[in-house]
Amino acid sequence: MEIILTVLASILFSTGIYNLLQKQLLRIIVGTVLISHGAHLFLLTMSQVKRGAPPLLVDDVSSYTDPLPQALILTAIVISFGVTSFLLVLAYRTYTLNKTDNMEEMRGSDYD
Amino acid sequence: MIFAIFAPLLLAFIIPLLSKWKHKVHTGWLILPIPFAVFLYFLQYVGADFQPQMVSVDWIPSLDIALSFHLDGLSLLFALLISGIGTLVVLYSIYYLDHKEQLGHFYTYLYIFMTAMLGVVLSDNVFGLYAFWEFTSISSFLLIGYWHHRERSRYGALKSMLITVFGGFSLLAGIILLSIVTGTTSIQGMVEQSDVIVNSEYFPFILIFLLLGAFTKSAQFPFHIWLPDAMEAPTPVSAYLHSATMVKAGIYLMARFSPILAGEPYVFIALSLFGLVTLTWGSYMAVRQTDLKGILAYSTISQLGMIMAMLGFGTKVGLFAAVFHILNHATFKGSLFMIAGIVDHETGSRDIRKLGGLFTFMPISATLAIFGTFSMAGVPLPFLNGFYSKEMFFQASLDNTASGAFAETLVTIIPVLAVVGSIFTFIYSMYLFFNTFTGKSQVEELPKHPHEAPKMMLVPPFILVLGVLIIGLFPTIFNESLITHAADAVYGGEANKEIYFWHGLIPAFYMSIAVVVIGAIMYLTKSKWSRIYQVLPGRLSMNRVYDWMVEKSETASQRITNTYMTGSLRQYMVLLLTAITVIVAGVLVKTNGINFDMAETASITTTEVIVTLLIAVAAIATIFARNRIAIILIVGVVGYGLAILFVLYRAPDLALTQLIVETVTVTLFMLCFYHLPNLKKDTSSWFTKSTNVIISVAFGLLMMVVGISAYNSRSFDTIAQYFIDNTYKLGGGDNMVNVILVDFRGIDTLFEVAVLFGAALAIIGMIKLRRNKGAN
Repeated sequence: MEIILTVLASILFSTGIYNLLQKQLLRIIVGTVLISHGAHLFLLTMSQVKRGAPPLLVDDVSSYTDPLPQALILTAIVISFGVTSFLLVLAYRTYTLNKTDNMEEMRGSDYD
Repeated sequence: MIFAIFAPLLLAFIIPLLSKWKHKVHTGWLILPIPFAVFLYFLQYVGADFQPQMVSVDWIPSLDIALSFHLDGLSLLFALLISGIGTLVVLYSIYYLDHKEQLGHFYTYLYIFMTAMLGVVLSDNVFGLYAFWEFTSISSFLLIGYWHHRERSRYGALKSMLITVFGGFSLLAGIILLSIVTGTTSIQGMVEQSDVIVNSEYFPFILIFLLLGAFTKSAQFPFHIWLPDAMEAPTPVSAYLHSATMVKAGIYLMARFSPILAGEPYVFIALSLFGLVTLTWGSYMAVRQTDLKGILAYSTISQLGMIMAMLGFGTKVGLFAAVFHILNHATFKGSLFMIAGIVDHETGSRDIRKLGGLFTFMPISATLAIFGTFSMAGVPLPFLNGFYSKEMFFQASLDNTASGAFAETLVTIIPVLAVVGSIFTFIYSMYLFFNTFTGKSQVEELPKHPHEAPKMMLVPPFILVLGVLIIGLFPTIFNESLITHAADAVYGGEANKEIYFWHGLIPAFYMSIAVVVIGAIMYLTKSKWSRIYQVLPGRLSMNRVYDWMVEKSETASQRITNTYMTGSLRQYMVLLLTAITVIVAGVLVKTNGINFDMAETASITTTEVIVTLLIAVAAIATIFARNRIAIILIVGVVGYGLAILFVLYRAPDLALTQLIVETVTVTLFMLCFYHLPNLKKDTSSWFTKSTNVIISVAFGLLMMVVGISAYNSRSFDTIAQYFIDNTYKLGGGDNMVNVILVDFRGIDTLFEVAVLFGAALAIIGMIKLRRNKGAN
């Protein structure tokens, strides 16, 4: 199963990067979202999946899933959520100011 | 001795404090005593029974770098030249530079230079030598650019800086190699190990680096081009730095390492060949100049080439003549520069075509110039020191022996080149004197009415000319007390040599006579053959090469930067991702890191496969989505699918968070999409599209290989057991993930909260703050 999950994570990376290489701001944000999904999945897969009960202490259970990667992913999800929302508002502001969402048209000029 | 070396530098620091009196007394008077005191200090060592001595102060002991100063004959000769001519130049500059000039700057730079130059010639530690060496380059740069409002001054300063600092770096490379080979940083220590150096495998590199350092500093062909442009400096600077002292630093370097290098066939070839080419080319070009200082600049280049060639001969006569000519050249060239400055100062022009017939207006200057120019030309008169060293030069050029085809050819052409160079030397010397001081006067063309210079301004050139005469009349006095010691130091043994005016009817004497006769004929017929300069050099010039290199390096670096700094985010991403993919893949292949072992995988169930497929299809669909609502929903599908995966893999907290975050994210997307334009069709070229596909697929494949290989190459067990065991014991909770987040690894959570807080603040800022009133 881990192989399938790794392939899935790779697909998320590929599609994320393909979107990241596009011109439109919305696509780029979608790309970052996909890449962070891929990274979270990657983290989960790299710990061994399905090796025991959920990480909640219950009597008579001796084998649990690794709790550490879950904690790491939880932190990562929140951070990427913060960044994504920031990016979204940034895209919104950029568009209202520059009247374009095309990255190729957004280049710094010498005087600003 | 250390105090004597640093005295000018210390004085340079207090020069700004003297500015209070600058309106009453010329700053130069206040600081004149210091170089003179240094001169007197070094003068006390002069004598037949001089013994070398050494002073050393620790600087960086752990790197074996010390401020150690070794005073031997050669250093003493140079120290006397530096402090003596320094005194005269300061005296001269008092009359040359007006009160209104920025005198504080001038004398500060000049005194920094003086200390640096004394340091160069006295340092025994190679790194100390290098430090002082670069100080001379920097202070020379400042002095050439003294009139920095002039474009030519800045050009000349930059040019000399680029060339001499290039040579300085070569020198640094050379001395680093030397200290590696010998294990010492002391020059005297290196001389003792000359066998080790010469036989070392690095010797060719050491030689090339040292030669580059010496050739650039001493303006040898083809690095001579900075010297004529350095003539934009005030004349006292030209007289001091660019005739008597700094340009001899390269000569000094070669003389200092002569006990190690002399006798090596490649040293002989390189030094003699470049020295003679410089001699001939410099004197040939000097005849063509129309500016007095231009003639003197090329003349300096040519004379330096002659000294360099004599050092290359490496014979007793050659080395002795080299040392002797260092002294002679400093005296007559210093005086000639000062007279050129006087002419400029009193007539307002240095253009030799406008000058002429100045003998009647400036008889004293003209008389002094006679001795200078005739000594430079090597006219056989018993009171001119130039003749003695020139005669020795001819003699040394004849008795070279060398084996090897190239060296043997060189030996036969050395006397020819020497005579040709000397003929042109004779021509430009006569040209310089007669075209300035005799002939028809063109007073009405000059900016000022010419008249004799103030008496005190004539004192420094007078003293130098007196030096020319005294050395010429009584060479033995200087020989025994000074020159012999210097020649011994260069030769590394007894180089005792008598100086005679009359050697008998030897070939060198016939060469001298030939130079005078042919030179005189050619000078008189100069107008007939001077058209040759349109053929050679014509448009050939090292200056063009230099300008071309400077210009090309600017445009080329600009072009290179423009090719990758395009301003397009996509291209930067392409570069970054390609680099990551190539490097990681390379390391994987190189270290045999790929590992496809499927033994330890979990079982596969239908539910998981369906969810996985769903996510994969949704992810791929984002690429083809044409509608902004569609793309947002598809991204939502990916996120919710991931939440389901979290459920399946027993991560309840993750699933919860993922669901909430996904919902909020989708809501946010919905809020923003209203303001953003709809998705457009990808209109980029097929090349861009295929690059994007290749890069994203390659990166995905790479991550897959990395993931699978990493999964299969576990080196250690996880530390999960610790958390499982201690969650309740230490954390007092039974949700392990939560206990880790707030208890075991609470700091992560603290800063994650900070990230959210920061993002929120930034979002508020972006929405609320409007600096640009024009935007809505």
